[in-house]
Amino acid sequence: MNRLVIRGARLLGAQAADLLVEDGVITEVGSVSVPRDADVLDADGLVALPGLVDLHVHLREPGREDAETIATGSAAAAAGGFTAVFAMANTNPVTDTAEAAERVHDLGHACGLTEVVPVGAVTKGLEGAELAELGLMARSRAKVRVFSDDGHCVHDARIMRRALEYVKPFGGVISQHAQDPRLAGREACCHEGEVSGRLGLPGWPGIAEESIVARDVMLARHTGSRVHVAHVSTAGTVEVLRWAKAQGIAVTAEVTPHHLVLTTDLLAGYDPVYKVNPPLRPAEDVEALREALVDGTIDAVATDHAPHARHDKEHAFVDAAFGMLGLETALSVVSDVLVQPGRLAWSDVARVMSTAPARIGGLSDQGQGLAVGSPAHVTLVDPDREVTVDAAASRSRSRNNPWHGRTLQGAVLATVFAGRVTHDVRNGAGTRRELTNATTSGADL
Amino acid sequence: MTRHLISSADLTRRDVEDILETAASMHDLQRREVKKVPTLRGRTVINFFFEDSTRTRSSFEIAGKWMSADTINLSAKGSSTSKGESLRDTAMTIDAMAVDALVIRHNASGACHQVAKWVRCSVINAGDGTHEHPTQALLDAYTLRTRLGDLDGRHVVIVGDLTHSRVFRSNVITLKTLGARVTVVAPPTLMPSGIAAWSEADGFATSWDLDAVLDGDDPVDAVMMLRVQRERMSGGFFPTPREYTVGYGLTRDRLDRLVARNEDVLVLHPGPMNRGLEIAPEAADAPQSVVLDQVSAGVAVRMAVLYHLLAGDDTPAPAATSPDASSAPTSRTTEGAAR
Repeated sequence: MNRLVIRGARLLGAQAADLLVEDGVITEVGSVSVPRDADVLDADGLVALPGLVDLHVHLREPGREDAETIATGSAAAAAGGFTAVFAMANTNPVTDTAEAAERVHDLGHACGLTEVVPVGAVTKGLEGAELAELGLMARSRAKVRVFSDDGHCVHDARIMRRALEYVKPFGGVISQHAQDPRLAGREACCHEGEVSGRLGLPGWPGIAEESIVARDVMLARHTGSRVHVAHVSTAGTVEVLRWAKAQGIAVTAEVTPHHLVLTTDLLAGYDPVYKVNPPLRPAEDVEALREALVDGTIDAVATDHAPHARHDKEHAFVDAAFGMLGLETALSVVSDVLVQPGRLAWSDVARVMSTAPARIGGLSDQGQGLAVGSPAHVTLVDPDREVTVDAAASRSRSRNNPWHGRTLQGAVLATVFAGRVTHDVRNGAGTRRELTNATTSGADL
Repeated sequence: MTRHLISSADLTRRDVEDILETAASMHDLQRREVKKVPTLRGRTVINFFFEDSTRTRSSFEIAGKWMSADTINLSAKGSSTSKGESLRDTAMTIDAMAVDALVIRHNASGACHQVAKWVRCSVINAGDGTHEHPTQALLDAYTLRTRLGDLDGRHVVIVGDLTHSRVFRSNVITLKTLGARVTVVAPPTLMPSGIAAWSEADGFATSWDLDAVLDGDDPVDAVMMLRVQRERMSGGFFPTPREYTVGYGLTRDRLDRLVARNEDVLVLHPGPMNRGLEIAPEAADAPQSVVLDQVSAGVAVRMAVLYHLLAGDDTPAPAATSPDASSAPTSRTTEGAAR
């Protein structure tokens, strides 16, 4: 039997306790006498959270293994405290069949650093025209429950309606990339406002998101289905969500760490590291998003981790790839901007970064409390540790890190996934302890 | 002055005045039989045009040649894509040839900003997407000053497709730098986003009503008509050319009203003109039109920019070293009025 004792962690930031983990399950909580054959993970002074769950990442495999692989993305996820990530379908080939979904699932499983859950495409080839084999993906070994054409909006209202209806029997959810392509086309790359006007960059107006979200919540009401709004970026969307939730419509939403901090004026130097979709917005939107996360209008934080090869970011701004890294910095960002100022407690962080995303994504063995009988997915955080982000130190294969050089307070020091330590830097910032079990087969998970 | 000319905002009033003063000397050179001066002998200037351009490229090319720089024209078609060479690789390749200046025209806003971060040579923005075109603003300022003198307090009206205009973006900066008052006019669909906050912060006026501006209390010293691309129609920016002309064209009637109030009013257009759309032939060819003066000033201003960016501090201005400098025409006003 594999035994691990996590000693002295403050559970959700409250009272300190020991956790005994046996074969991947928490079997004792409190003052644990360490069994002789157990490994001990000293977590004195650290905050223990249920393993973090990310509803929105791009792992680029298959197709762009030069930018990221399921292995490197999993390593970045573990370093960021994540024990489950939802891998978006916009790979090459697209995850629009059961076979493609199973392949992603199996590669993640073999890697064994985090649970890799494939997101299925809503439409074949992400083309927005015909439904992909949603049911077969749901029945597959990958048990797909989240469907998204992310990168593209499911723009056709009839297709969106059918998708919402169709996934009901198997508890699926449509995660919508809300971007009306007529209001914000392919070129749109900068929040439409004073900055885009001055810089002469094609604008991406907030209304292109808000109008789709407004339509989709009405479709969700009409169909009685669940809809999830990916990467909410504007105050207007927050208003729509608040109204919809008050009506009892089954809508959930996520916000990225970057939309909680970074603003559109960063684009003044035309540095494509800040090019992301949806674009960085003005400070008013950032504040509305923080407030919405605090009051529960937005359910979850999701990174939209989007690695890109360096040369794909070294084009002229309008031609450069959209997206930024996020897995390794997400917890630190949330800690720095919301926990340290006292707007979120650690129990709230557990909700928005673990419990809620696990529930939205239909993962029954993730996002549980740190209680007896729960799977041992645990993230250990030093709330006082200051980290200065270094893009070169990333586990990701890519370097498009907008947080490079910023100092953030709060850091993930260790991650336990199904009872195994998948990340551990307790011995000091930047030092990485080689884990003997991290590269072994995950077949026993 | 800075090493690069990327944005009109890089230039202080002193910088602009120095350049325009040098440009005046250069302009005098243009009327000589032998136009070439040795100032930039041994320097290499590459005109890298990622977008078609006739007048700007030939203007830079002539400017470089008359300064005795080795000028080489390169063109690359269209925008880079993820499949093509990255902008950085292109820039580094040119830079590795140890050139002194890279004059860039690119269809993407900000391309010159990005290139300047990667290369050792001077970068001159010859128009980047819908962002800026600083040498155009300098030649417009040169043209205006030739006729009007000091621009402090002068009222310049810029009319047209502001959203897609790099000429507008650079001009509003340079004109404000020189103390002019600026009013920009366009239908709401061709006003850049955020113009309300922008104009308030930078101190210029905006209007949707051209007639109200032309007939208003504030007399107009110059109108600058911007080119309207017919393909904007398909973007739904305005319904028909006819309707655009009625609302925002410098028609014969509007010109007559302007001239009735101020005979010395100036009409500018960066070219190429759409006669009959944003400017009536009567306005384009009126005595008040300085469109060809702008072209002529373009070479002189670009020579001055090359001089200020590339010539060492100890290199005297060419006019001063020229053996027949004293015989060069001195009255710019006379020359301008002759057109």
